Amino acid sequence: MRFSIYRFDPDKDAKPYMQDYDIVLEPADKMLLDALVRIKSVDDSLSLRRSCREGVCGSDGMNINGRNGLACITPVAGLKEPVELRPLPGLPVIRDLIVDMTQFFNQYHSIKPYLINNDPPPETERLQSPEERAELDGLYECILCACCSTACPSFWWNPDKFVGPAGLLQAYRFLADSRDQATAERLDNLEDPYRLFRCHSIMNCVDVCPKGLNPTSAIGKIKDMMVKRTV
Amino acid sequence: MVKRVVTGAHYGLRDWLAQRVTAVVMVVFVIFLAAMLLISPPHDDASWKTMFSSRWMRIASFLFLVSLFWHAWVGMRNILMDYVHATGIRLTLQILIILSLVIYTVWSVEILWAMEMQWR
Repeated sequence: MRFSIYRFDPDKDAKPYMQDYDIVLEPADKMLLDALVRIKSVDDSLSLRRSCREGVCGSDGMNINGRNGLACITPVAGLKEPVELRPLPGLPVIRDLIVDMTQFFNQYHSIKPYLINNDPPPETERLQSPEERAELDGLYECILCACCSTACPSFWWNPDKFVGPAGLLQAYRFLADSRDQATAERLDNLEDPYRLFRCHSIMNCVDVCPKGLNPTSAIGKIKDMMVKRTV
Repeated sequence: MVKRVVTGAHYGLRDWLAQRVTAVVMVVFVIFLAAMLLISPPHDDASWKTMFSSRWMRIASFLFLVSLFWHAWVGMRNILMDYVHATGIRLTLQILIILSLVIYTVWSVEILWAMEMQWR
């Protein structure tokens, strides 16, 4: 199977280049990550992040034939050859397929991704009704692989100011949590032309999310909450 | 001057909402106008002028134009925020856009209400 992979080692290369690989896959190599591990056994200079190899850790996000996705849950069978692999777009490249996720995680941290509740902790746990718990479905599953945010032009243009789809999905995850008490502060934090309103609902995030989540809908619900408290 | 990223302007919802409301106004007007043109298409200059001479038609047209300019302002600012990152240049362009939209508003009043002077 033929691959064309983005290579860049800042210590050696002046410019990034595409390197072609032609490898024979074993029958067990079902997913793109298997193929990459096979390539790495031939050329160990190729660098990439991976860990759980089953779409749970979010390490191996990359641009596969022009579309962001996780290598470990992308079947090789359907891929057009040569398979063009590039690092996630918009973030600084550290080496080959590895990008610097600092800006992405800075935005994630900026929405305070933890429960804020000033009541004294109860003896057992803070209970939720099944309905309240169901509000978090489609939000808590995010693995922060950055496929969505790096597919978003608004995040490309303003990664320092726009929270991005991943961060905003998490912001809504805590706004939607019945146990959280910081709703007003969270909305204040997001009421900004850059932090929230750079989203123009083009839905690239929904298109690429490997977990099938819908950040655009979450962003719409944040705007709904703002309308409710303002109008 | 510190080189720190500053956010937290605490606005944005009103513009986002205005963009949607003005879009609805424009859609309603365009559908209405299209229906009118289909039902009784004006055939000459005089009938076009009669169509726009009634007071409600002029108010509706004015509402449409104001919606258009307001919508254009929100959209143009969005484009500038996305692509023009030097604050000085962005502010200059925003001022130029506001000034031209205000001029367009005055101009559209002039066009819509000047006909009255010519025709009544």
